[in-house]
Amino acid sequence: MSQNTSPPAATRAGLADRLPRWLVPNLTGVHLVAVFIALLLIGLLLVPVAQVMIVAFQDPATGAATLQNFVDFFRTSLFRESFWNSFYVSAMSVVVATVIALPLAYITTRFHFSGSILIQSLGFIPLIMPPFVGAVAMQLIFGRNGTVNLLLRDWFGFDIPFMEGLNGVILVQSIHYFPFILINLSASLRNIDRSMEEAAQNLGSHGLRLFRRIVFPLAMPGYIAGAALVFIKVFDDLGTPLLLNVNNMLAPQAFLRISSIGISDPMGYVISVILVVFSVLSLWASFLFMRGKDYATVQKGGGGMAKRTLKPAEKALAYATVIFILLLVLSPHIGLLLLSFGTIWSFAPLPDGYTFQNYVTMWEGSKTFIMNTVLYAGIAATLDVIIGTAIAYIVLRTQIFGRKGLDYLATAALAVPGVVLGIGYLRTFHAIDVPFTDKPMASWWVIIALALMIRRLPYALRACTAALQQVSHALEEAAESLGATKRRSIQKIVIPLMTGGILAGFVTSFATAAVELSATIMLVSSNNDAPLAYGIYLFMQTPSGRGAGAALGIVAVIVVAIGTIASQIIIERDKKLKSSGDAH
Amino acid sequence: MKTLLYTSIAATALSAGGALADGKVTVITSFPDSMTGPIEAAFEAAHPEYDLEVLNKKTSAGVKYIQEIAGDNTADIFWASAPDAFEVLKSDGLLADVTIKSEGIPERIGAYPLNDPDGKYYGFAGAGYGIMWNERYLKANGLEPATEWDDLAKAEYHGHVGMSAPSRSGTTHLTVETLLQGEGWDEGWAKWKRIAGNFSTVTERSFGVPDGVNTGNFGLGIVIDFFGFSSKASGFPVDFAYPTVTALVPANVAVVNNTPNEAGAVAFIEYLLTPEGQTVLLDPAIMRLPINPATYANAPEGFPNPFEDSTIGATVEFDVAKSGARYNLVNSMFDVMITYRLDDLRAAVGAIQAAEAAHADSGNEEAKALIAEAWALIDANPIDEAKSLDPEFAGIFTKKRKKATDEVGARQAEVEQEWDAMVVANYAKAKELADKAAGM
Repeated sequence: MSQNTSPPAATRAGLADRLPRWLVPNLTGVHLVAVFIALLLIGLLLVPVAQVMIVAFQDPATGAATLQNFVDFFRTSLFRESFWNSFYVSAMSVVVATVIALPLAYITTRFHFSGSILIQSLGFIPLIMPPFVGAVAMQLIFGRNGTVNLLLRDWFGFDIPFMEGLNGVILVQSIHYFPFILINLSASLRNIDRSMEEAAQNLGSHGLRLFRRIVFPLAMPGYIAGAALVFIKVFDDLGTPLLLNVNNMLAPQAFLRISSIGISDPMGYVISVILVVFSVLSLWASFLFMRGKDYATVQKGGGGMAKRTLKPAEKALAYATVIFILLLVLSPHIGLLLLSFGTIWSFAPLPDGYTFQNYVTMWEGSKTFIMNTVLYAGIAATLDVIIGTAIAYIVLRTQIFGRKGLDYLATAALAVPGVVLGIGYLRTFHAIDVPFTDKPMASWWVIIALALMIRRLPYALRACTAALQQVSHALEEAAESLGATKRRSIQKIVIPLMTGGILAGFVTSFATAAVELSATIMLVSSNNDAPLAYGIYLFMQTPSGRGAGAALGIVAVIVVAIGTIASQIIIERDKKLKSSGDAH
Repeated sequence: MKTLLYTSIAATALSAGGALADGKVTVITSFPDSMTGPIEAAFEAAHPEYDLEVLNKKTSAGVKYIQEIAGDNTADIFWASAPDAFEVLKSDGLLADVTIKSEGIPERIGAYPLNDPDGKYYGFAGAGYGIMWNERYLKANGLEPATEWDDLAKAEYHGHVGMSAPSRSGTTHLTVETLLQGEGWDEGWAKWKRIAGNFSTVTERSFGVPDGVNTGNFGLGIVIDFFGFSSKASGFPVDFAYPTVTALVPANVAVVNNTPNEAGAVAFIEYLLTPEGQTVLLDPAIMRLPINPATYANAPEGFPNPFEDSTIGATVEFDVAKSGARYNLVNSMFDVMITYRLDDLRAAVGAIQAAEAAHADSGNEEAKALIAEAWALIDANPIDEAKSLDPEFAGIFTKKRKKATDEVGARQAEVEQEWDAMVVANYAKAKELADKAAGM
């Protein structure tokens, strides 16, 4: 971050002296960074998406500008129904995801609970599976003739339609996206000033009331950030409903119409516009909700809330809850693991036999996929946290004109279906050549990394914003009144205090970028440049490749899990370092 | 991280270097790795001077990709099953004129001409459509395999059948169109809707159907033959049969216009048509029908040979022009009547089947009349065949304006909303009538 700010700031000092004053109207380094980010977002997000979306505003018959397509949208009962289905599924997914995430976050941050790091890491793992792989595994476990239902039918003579219609989408989405709530809520809970809680306790509050009135409200920025992400993500998600063959939702309708062979129906583009607008509205609502409330706490450190030791009965209950939730959220991984070691798995609770052959087959052709994935996702996530921190700072700490726009623009990337971004990139960058070669930019691997960067920027941004919201402005003011420059106070005070949030953002971006498919499938122009999710997709397209695809999926999970656990350890160590200066 | 970066830069530089040499042939294909892998290996062994670069995309995504990059084309070959996808590219002028030399390849497979009459694309393998089933699933549910389309509409298969949507999968579109041409427009659609009333699901990808049958998610699937053969060859407890009304159609290959490597592209297509290239198709993971009759001498026991067994695919004289004229319209009709309203359709057909079972021997004429009326509501089509072939009406679904002054009349969304309203009302009414009949 600091490296990013310094060169423009230095240039400004040199240039501003020589230029007339009106040409350099009080620009600071922060202004220049803001302009640079705005240009980046316009070039990599707005222009490509506009190239595709303009179709929504064209009369299909004449090409003239029109709003008729939107009138058609609201006149069509199928689209109205799809809209409500999408809304219902998103809202229910937030509810179910909260039910999953809240106990995990609370138990691990509030009590002395062995294996907290493990739970925080395991709880994160569902995010890092490509949705289509997750749906395949969930079908095998919970599907109409999956393990659970076959056993239920054998023993009790009934089955449960976990995966039928919208239920299936809600279940898979909640399990897939609850880590957004978990990770943001945990970070918030850790950052709560212990003195707040102690004050409440001194005044006689305890137990649930303490949680409801003091702890949860103070953790609100994290919870809202997570819940808004889940809502929007589910609203826009394509892979899961498609794989469960649920068509009556908005995103699948858009995709089905845009990607059908030869069909140039503007409705797909209209739906894309509506998805973007609705997502921006939901974000705006979440901002409204947060406005006028001060969640910053002055004191940081002391490791957040006081932890307490559980009584044996409570401990048993806590363990039972955690184990049940972990079993549920890890069921796709258990299914995938079985599939990767299984021979044939067909209409049976478990595979017919077990073998290592799938891993051998997978390893022969997948090394490049794995390396590419680490490279692309690494570049994307690094850029994401740099830009995310900068935007969060600009939005929360400066008065720059249009700063909210920067936030909305970056966040709007959430609402752009991957396939739309992919087509937009092809349209925008195909005519531009990579410097010093005559290859078009659209088939350059860097473009894939940039697309991932844009797609995952909102995750990093939300995490960085939540982290910064909890750093009191007073700390910076204190630093500045002691003579620190703006840059120095950002570098020495703000960023270190945000480390946890920034790291959370990095991990979220990295992990989810590693399994992204919808944009990359449009942009991959050579198998040498293909990332892992694409490799899994290739394997999974053949009857004989399912096991090998599952094996590659397991490799993906392991690669990202190592990264996640490493960063958790860094956060914990960081916390210990800080608290060592704290007397207690 | 840094090492990785360097490795990747090196790899990019290498591949860029490769692009400058004559050797690289870029292939855009919808075929899976298990099929392209052996063919790539065999081709590179026979022609070491070329390096085949295979890019796997879904057929629809492949067509879009080639359309998008047309301005500065980097692809040499388009290689996929569905002739319709090639028709789309051909009508956009994105396929090159090339001369391909081959020996011993007949003019037709089944009743279908093998090559594009304008020489823009070439058939290299045959494929037919049929029914695939999971033996464990059928046994557990006490069912017999269905071998004819009519069987699939029977009440005992309710909720056990899967299929892909024709708008999603070019091969599925051919299956739909084949039945429409084989049985007639109205009878064909009626049959599709009665079969669809038994659907468990409409999958998004064509591979979703064999996948669903393989895992036992549903019992029977409407698939292209090689999915059945290769699933069986992989060890799944599944089998496959051709119904009487089916079409054999070629899987195709074409050179993309402005190809960077024409010599390499032609060499690849010519290799596919040689006896060696054709023999690779019999690999257990591929299992496509070779189009060189001589290759069948090497085929495994029980492998169907359309050049000897004239019952396969002979019944329907597939009319490509007719299919092309209403391509998008048929897809849209299927989606409106079946894909998007599957729950309503399934409920209505289920209710009628229950009413029929209740009155199988009751002799209640009034109930029978109600049931017939309910079926008529299910069967009713929003448009007749003449309208489907009316270029002006079908044009609503393609929206290809040649000039800025062209007008295309009504909008697709309007027409679809009209159809949707009709089928939703019909299905609801049919269910009501059937429930009434069942209660008699």
